[in-house]
Amino acid sequence: MEPDQNALPPESLPSENTEAQRATSPRRASGFRSALQPALRWETGLAIVAVAVVVFGGLTSSQFLTSANFFNMGVSSGEIAIMALPMTLIIISGEIDLSVASTLGMSSAMLGFLWSKHWPMLAIFVILAVLGVVAGLFNGLLVTRVGLPSLAVAIGTLGLYRGIALIILGSNTVSNFPAPYNAIGVNPVPHTNIPYSVAIFIVLAVIFGVVLHATATGRSIYAMGASPEAALFAGIRVKRVKTMLFVVSGLVCSMAGALWTFRLSTAVWNNAIGLELSVVAIVLLAGVSIFGGKGSIIGVVLAVIVFAGLQNALLLTNFNQEATGIVTGGLLLISVFVPNAAALLDRARGLAISRKPAPRSAIGAAND
Amino acid sequence: MSAALTERQDPSSAPARTSSRKLTERVFRIRESGIIAVLIVFVAITASIQPRFIDQANIQFVLSNTTVYALLALGETMVVISRNVDLSVGSVLGLSAYVSTNLFGHSPGIPVPVVFLVGLGIGLACGIANGLMVAIGRVPSLVVTLATLYIIRGIDILVVGGNEVVAQTLPSSFIAIPRANVFGVPYLAIVIAAVIGAGAYYLRSFRSGRELYAIGSNPEAARLAGIPAGKRVFTAFAISGGIAGLAGVLWAAQYQTIDSTAGTGYELTVISAVVVGGVAIFGGSGSAVGAAVGALLLSTISSALNVLGISPDWDQAIAGFLLLLAITLDRGISVKLTAALRKRSSGVGT
Repeated sequence: MEPDQNALPPESLPSENTEAQRATSPRRASGFRSALQPALRWETGLAIVAVAVVVFGGLTSSQFLTSANFFNMGVSSGEIAIMALPMTLIIISGEIDLSVASTLGMSSAMLGFLWSKHWPMLAIFVILAVLGVVAGLFNGLLVTRVGLPSLAVAIGTLGLYRGIALIILGSNTVSNFPAPYNAIGVNPVPHTNIPYSVAIFIVLAVIFGVVLHATATGRSIYAMGASPEAALFAGIRVKRVKTMLFVVSGLVCSMAGALWTFRLSTAVWNNAIGLELSVVAIVLLAGVSIFGGKGSIIGVVLAVIVFAGLQNALLLTNFNQEATGIVTGGLLLISVFVPNAAALLDRARGLAISRKPAPRSAIGAAND
Repeated sequence: MSAALTERQDPSSAPARTSSRKLTERVFRIRESGIIAVLIVFVAITASIQPRFIDQANIQFVLSNTTVYALLALGETMVVISRNVDLSVGSVLGLSAYVSTNLFGHSPGIPVPVVFLVGLGIGLACGIANGLMVAIGRVPSLVVTLATLYIIRGIDILVVGGNEVVAQTLPSSFIAIPRANVFGVPYLAIVIAAVIGAGAYYLRSFRSGRELYAIGSNPEAARLAGIPAGKRVFTAFAISGGIAGLAGVLWAAQYQTIDSTAGTGYELTVISAVVVGGVAIFGGSGSAVGAAVGALLLSTISSALNVLGISPDWDQAIAGFLLLLAITLDRGISVKLTAALRKRSSGVGT
């Protein structure tokens, strides 16, 4: 193993996947617009798919295109959408966080436990925020300071945080939350038809979008995903930024845990178990490269619409709800294979005896 | 990993070479016998608090609980050594357990070996699908098997519907498999130990087995050295799937009630066992025997919690924590080793 997992030699980069490469590609006509074009192409496709899903849903069920149903769609995908935002930044920076659903579960269990001990709700929120920050910080420090691959950390804390949820709450269920809080989960924001979770998603999407696309920090996230070593030499504090991303992810997931608990008005240790799949699926569907360095928040918003629409259409068609993992998993596979389809075809034809190194990142190696 | 580091040494500098080999040997000792020492100390402490822990019934219980995990750990070891990961083993186990043993109810009198073959076939099919996507698709195995973890579980849920296989439909010869003893040791544990021994020998001594280590140490170098990396990785996934399929049938014989939740979350325990057993999560290092001992340690801990009256709720957190501890220690060792080797070779150079 290399002395430093983060220090990849520049030539081993997934060059066809990075914005840096795009910017220097010989086909470049002029600056910014052409640099964004390939990304736009994926997002345009996604927008078409989103429309197709809505049309498909409308054709299969007369209830699909009703405002009540749109509300349900938002309610049932709100937390997943919220968690997808920090995940997007983490994957663009070349890492992955699989502990998001477990962090949500841990936060939900803590909320239930403290409420059953008659803590005031405000104090509980403070504890949840601290819990989320600590969980994220733990992930971040293991990845950046100890130098472990986020793949391994993610699997470990996925189990650890879920295990802590189980220790906190055991097999108990807490459900006697006060009505005003439960209302946050099931009622719309006053004078609108927007669920609170969707409103929070919209606000966060704007914030994350601005940070990612319009600030130096955002550009540095792309840079470290494209080439951690080059980013480091360019004076970007790679470790600090990555740690911050994990902390933000922990905090956001902990917050999503409160939303989830109020929506179902139940705190159980296995709340949102397995949800990391949906979050990763949305982010990759959004056109974010699993190798880092590429993706956009607009893509994530579109992917959320596609995802919510599909889940909802399945719900209305009486598809076994527990088996929707087939669709989500399929979506994930499609999202990672379609962008590589051209290269795959080349390889299948045996035309490309590739001497290019395989793309590598801290989250795992691809093989050929 | 260690082997690669040793080879980087200047071959002309004999003294440095022997001391670096000593260093490597020490790491190997930590990897293999360290975990056994932990196991012994742990058993001794628990037994001194609660002597019931080492009576024959409990040892048998722990051993038969370990069999399925140890078997899964063998397949996972091959995958992890090649710097990949297979998250779908729990789902494959569940699907195989239901579909294969459901045959007993549908066609009574079906021979037990046929049921095992069906389980193996299901597992192989899943493993081949994983292997093809990872090897040809060049997508990180984490993403592929995260998807198939849920896809296969979803298929399982659709196939099972609301049904379950119950003990009454299983023939007594099938149920007897995990319960047969030889001198108090579960017969199955001996068979599994032999299978793991064979697997360890294959990884250690066969060319294609060694090539898995090479791929895991440095995929690029392995490819340049002419190793068919894609083929080897594909085979590792196929074997891991096949093993998970067989483990599903054994799981069914052991627990006898099979619904669509069979094997849920097993991937975490299995990967923890493999990593705790000294297989480096970055690939290229570790042994199948270590992984099996890791599995034994995890089920011993789980049984100790039970015997000491601690809630089984702690199991999962402990597995996750041990995994993190193991990879952190491994990382620390490899950083020290690299630094030590660098220092030495630069000292020799001047």
